[in-house]
Amino acid sequence: MERYEERDLPLPSEPMLLNMGPSHPAMHGTTRCLVLLDGEIVRKADVQIGFLHRGFEKECEAGTWNQVFPYTDRLNYASPILNNIGYALAVEKLLDVEAPPRAQAIRVITGELSRIMDHLVCIAAFSMELGAFTPFLYLVKTRDWIYNIMEKLTGARVTHAWMRIGGLKEDIPDDFEAMVRAVLPKVEVTIRDVEGLLLRNRILMDRTVGIGVMTKENALSLGWTGPCLRSTGIPYDVRKADPYCGYDLYDFDVPVGTSGDNYDRFVVRLEEMRQSSRIVSQALDKLPGGPVRLEIPDVTLPDKHQVYTTIEGTIRHFMIIMNGEKIPPGEVYACTEATNGELGFYLVSNGGKGPYKCRVRPPCFANVSGLSEMVTGGFLADIIPSFGSINMIGGECDR
Amino acid sequence: MSQKLIDRIRAALPDAVIEAGVTHGDAWALVKRERYLDVVRLLKENAECMMDHFIDLTCVDWPQRPDRFEVVLHLRSSTLGHRIRIKTRAPADAPVVPSLAPLYKGADWFEREAYDMYGVAFEGHPDLRRLLLWEGFEGHPLRKDYPKEKRQCPIPFRDDAPAQPKPFKERP
Repeated sequence: MERYEERDLPLPSEPMLLNMGPSHPAMHGTTRCLVLLDGEIVRKADVQIGFLHRGFEKECEAGTWNQVFPYTDRLNYASPILNNIGYALAVEKLLDVEAPPRAQAIRVITGELSRIMDHLVCIAAFSMELGAFTPFLYLVKTRDWIYNIMEKLTGARVTHAWMRIGGLKEDIPDDFEAMVRAVLPKVEVTIRDVEGLLLRNRILMDRTVGIGVMTKENALSLGWTGPCLRSTGIPYDVRKADPYCGYDLYDFDVPVGTSGDNYDRFVVRLEEMRQSSRIVSQALDKLPGGPVRLEIPDVTLPDKHQVYTTIEGTIRHFMIIMNGEKIPPGEVYACTEATNGELGFYLVSNGGKGPYKCRVRPPCFANVSGLSEMVTGGFLADIIPSFGSINMIGGECDR
Repeated sequence: MSQKLIDRIRAALPDAVIEAGVTHGDAWALVKRERYLDVVRLLKENAECMMDHFIDLTCVDWPQRPDRFEVVLHLRSSTLGHRIRIKTRAPADAPVVPSLAPLYKGADWFEREAYDMYGVAFEGHPDLRRLLLWEGFEGHPLRKDYPKEKRQCPIPFRDDAPAQPKPFKERP
């Protein structure tokens, strides 16, 4: 019998359709990428999302205003506090109120810690998919230290639901400041270690430099925001452009890239963690005193002490829980800088017990919509770093 | 700044704007469906507007109103920094709105999502199909008349499995 060597076989000339995902080890966040291949070159890519769709908006429309907070935790589950803040600010904008200065400063501190957490895990996953397992362990260990702080503060490691309309659930514990100050230098050491391992790493640079390039115009037209937009060279950061929570009080820089490729997105995220760390230490230095929650009748719950000892407190608590918060009719769009970009909440109130419409503008939804453009014309293997550098979070993208 | 933007639209396209204003610091304009595309094109291309940053597109369902669906668009200018919300309405019997996909690449997915959730068709969209839900899903879940408890399973339950497990054992 005649034997064929593999190299003697004719190469197929017609394009091949390949299905990556939804449960592919590198398509984390459950995404399906249907690619049309010509050899190893991607000719066409159809990115399909929605495998984690839970009906966020439908659930929000059924509950009261406060009941939305736990759902927002599950949008970007790598940095839940930032989603809490985004929603709280949107409702406060609808009420035309502003949280007390101490609450705002604590929001900044916890928000920036969450941003560090999110970037740590993004860089960890990104580097692990390119074969670097050591940085993954360093980074995830560091994230766990911050998780410990969050657990001490809120009682939960991942889904905090700690913000309230008009402020916070409660004040920070006494040893919070010491814990944060102890962790920040350790985070800096991790960033330095990871930079030493990856920043000039031949393998990482070969796979990322000049790959997955996005131009400024296309990024804006696609609705990109956050580190992905900044990697193309546009210094748009909601914290600078439209300051909220007193971000204008702190001194920090907005890192930008030059070419908009995978490497730039990676470096921008590394540098943003340093800037977040700077903001946290400044905010701790000038942490103001005072209350952490506004007292708005019909909106904010009274203190537990009042509820259990006075009849007025009991009735107020009961009315808010049973009938929902009284939010005036109207519509509002409020945006904050979440880790992936501009997290917007478009709320419509008709004066009912809950939101009539609670639209969340997910930053990574717009970012992922640019993926097919980034990978078309490149190699199949380049889908992995391009997808990783976008930091697609299924909970936020699919809602 | 926000008021200037509205005045700009009113001056250039006087018959397009039905209602406009600034509430809670957000500039908004309700425009006629026929002139929606012209308004957005003006906002994108006019030198005083330069709204090149696509932010968000969604829909709101008002079943009691004659024009049931309200498509809500948010835009921003990357150079001038201002924002605007453009709204347009479509009736329940003809829920069709012009597509912005020729103007903004980002409109592609946002319009597909709005179509998926509300059943509003976007005229001129290159590839209008469901995005978050699967092909074959019946109805549009974010419409107010779609019941929240309704279940549609892509894979049917096995016959022998109880549809709803009982929380407690019945006492003998």
